[in-house]
Amino acid sequence: MSIDMSQFHQVFFEECFEGLEAMESGLLSLDLGDIDSEVINTIFRAAHSIKGGSGTFGFTVVAGYTHIMETLLDEMRDGRRQVTKPAVDVLLGSVDCLRDMLTSIQNEEDINMESAAKHQEALEIELTGKAGSGHATESTPATTEDAAPEPEEEPEEEIAEEQGWKIAFCPYLNLLQTGNDPVRLFRQLSNLGELTTTVNIQDIPPFSELEPDECNISWELKLVTDATEAEVKDIFSFVEDDCALEFAPLAKPKKVKKVAKPKPVAVVDEVKAAPVAEAEPTTPAAPAPPAAKKPVVEADASKNAPKASSSIRVDTDKIDTLINMVGEVVITQSMLGLIGENFTMDKVGQLKRGLAQLERHTRDLQQSVMNIRMLPISFVFSRFPRLVHDISTQLSKKITLKLVGENTEVDKAVVELINDPLVHLIRNSLDHGIEMPADRIAAGKPEMGTIELKAYHRGGHIVIEIVDDGRGLDKNKLLAKAIEKGLVEETAILSEKQIFELIFMPGFSTAEKLTDISGRGVGMDVVRRNIQSLGGNIDIISELGKGTTIAIHLPLTLAILDGQSVAVGDETYIVPLVSIIESINITEKMLNKVAGKGETFKLRNEYLPIIRMREIFNVRSGAATKSNEGVIVVVEGQGALCGFLVDELLGQQQVVIKSLEANYRRVEGVSGATILGDGSVALILDVPGLVRLSVR
Amino acid sequence: MASILAVDDSASMRKMVSFTLKTAGYDVEEAEDGVDALEKAKLRTFDCVVTDVNMPNKDGITLIRDLRQLPQYKHVPMLMLTTESGMEKKQEGKAAGATGWMVKPFNPDQLLKTLQKVLG
Repeated sequence: MSIDMSQFHQVFFEECFEGLEAMESGLLSLDLGDIDSEVINTIFRAAHSIKGGSGTFGFTVVAGYTHIMETLLDEMRDGRRQVTKPAVDVLLGSVDCLRDMLTSIQNEEDINMESAAKHQEALEIELTGKAGSGHATESTPATTEDAAPEPEEEPEEEIAEEQGWKIAFCPYLNLLQTGNDPVRLFRQLSNLGELTTTVNIQDIPPFSELEPDECNISWELKLVTDATEAEVKDIFSFVEDDCALEFAPLAKPKKVKKVAKPKPVAVVDEVKAAPVAEAEPTTPAAPAPPAAKKPVVEADASKNAPKASSSIRVDTDKIDTLINMVGEVVITQSMLGLIGENFTMDKVGQLKRGLAQLERHTRDLQQSVMNIRMLPISFVFSRFPRLVHDISTQLSKKITLKLVGENTEVDKAVVELINDPLVHLIRNSLDHGIEMPADRIAAGKPEMGTIELKAYHRGGHIVIEIVDDGRGLDKNKLLAKAIEKGLVEETAILSEKQIFELIFMPGFSTAEKLTDISGRGVGMDVVRRNIQSLGGNIDIISELGKGTTIAIHLPLTLAILDGQSVAVGDETYIVPLVSIIESINITEKMLNKVAGKGETFKLRNEYLPIIRMREIFNVRSGAATKSNEGVIVVVEGQGALCGFLVDELLGQQQVVIKSLEANYRRVEGVSGATILGDGSVALILDVPGLVRLSVR
Repeated sequence: MASILAVDDSASMRKMVSFTLKTAGYDVEEAEDGVDALEKAKLRTFDCVVTDVNMPNKDGITLIRDLRQLPQYKHVPMLMLTTESGMEKKQEGKAAGATGWMVKPFNPDQLLKTLQKVLG
């Protein structure tokens, strides 16, 4: 049968990357003084699975490579080998190397054999204590599989003149207890040629002593075939220890060979040969000598991103809940249908109850569907222990990373997009936030710095916080820098919050020198823009000498939004509830006109700019009496407060976001649209966009 | 057609085994470790069990040993999939009651051929 093995590759890759992550976090959590055998076991199992799978799916280079890791881990697991820091580092390096290899294979690129050979050599040195072959290609699973190469001896394999075998098959009593059955063996044999069986039942005990589980019968078999002895013996491979077996060629009785001693089974030989041959078409790069390969893949971070896959793994529980919900909806619907069929006014109560039920079920259904898209934030968090480990080693700083709330669930899209901003922020904390050990001791702090990565739900939001106990932000330095760069005027008086937010300005960098860690071209402005594009915002709280906390607020999902509907003329607009600080009734008299700067409005001690929605969207309809009084919706966008002047507040509701770009085109100041209960379309306001618009 | 319980903690291997067997016409159920397998094996009696050895929660050898204790599995063929070609693991498996074994890596044809040996 031919089966297209490539259909399993995607699952295999996903599994490998998960396994590598498990290995990595296991390795990082190993406490060298007190080894947890379960952790070692988990790491071993991951390596073992990758090896097994890669062999099966024809990725021989990966299989050969993991085999060495597995051997090393196996020795650690059995306690034959000490778990040392260098060994852990080599294994961590191997994890990276494997990840690169697998990514290359997945993207159908050539494997960087030079880097693989380098890592493999390091592994071999770790394993044997001396330099190994250094070539990844030289050990395929076939050659490394068998620790002791078995002698290929079958001297009697030459074909006899009258072809066939005479077999004395005498099962031990326990043969049947492992699920083997002589009848099946005979059926197999008869596939090879003509089989004649002679039963020997003389050993069967009297009926009273008969144990049905025991095999008391033996056979004399005559098989006329051109099959070799190895082929015939292969049929008996599972039972060779449970029976006495004698083979003799039919024509040459003198060449009797006793086969009682346990010997390596023929299956092994067969299995060994096949996958190697099969592997070649799928990985043409593998068997070539490394010298002939040009290094295609540089160990570059960007290369680590595997091909984007839009598949999602969903917990079966979630699907079950969903199916359950759908069932409820169907029941309610048929109930309503029944009421509607013969409707009389006395059924109004029933109808209302039914509708209420339908509403509840729809809401539950909606929640369950949204749940499917939810992934634990640990998908993102799990890579940070390694990042912190590597960078703190590189910087000679002592830093522990604490993860809190890894099981907090967020939308899949958020998971995918939040990674890069978080990496940047953590790099910043590592590089600029936490001080060198000596400085920390001098400042009276513990030598070991701490970075805490927290995730939790608050309201309809997820909050991700990066808390470090480092040196904190220096307000004066920030301000001086901003003035020097011409980003703020020298006379400007800024609040603490405004000063901290300077670091989000394009072209602002506080580091005296750009290091390789944080100076990677993306600035904090990009981080903030990315987070805002997710509908979130970012805040900084910092105290000089004590540390910095960066809090990112993100919507739980990107598909539904809590909105405040507002009326402007006859139009309805949705303002995202997140952006709204408060709403105030005002009259025209409360507005101040400032020459050249538009209108402002005094809220407590601050003057806020006013944006008239009627003017922005050019709304002419609606009662004119509303024009000189209305409601100011105070919103926050781009870090600044601003008032939207609308006619009326309508109500709060959850709205499903429909893309305006996909259905029409991008409109400035509008982030999307939604369909209201009465079927009309309402635009969802893009608060930061509108604030930008009004500044111009 | 014979029913088979395919046990492997690795989804890709499990899918490969299960797909191969289904294509060949077997009725296949999957289990992701020994504990899962034992539960499923109690719900219905399979004609054959194909299990990986190295698994979390309950390994393949323990699974085979546990299954053999159940009267309905006393004579059911059980194959173990092992990467270790050494006799040691096989002996351990046999002692636990395994009918036979397959050495990884294997391809679908080898799997079907080996299965024929215990189901044919």
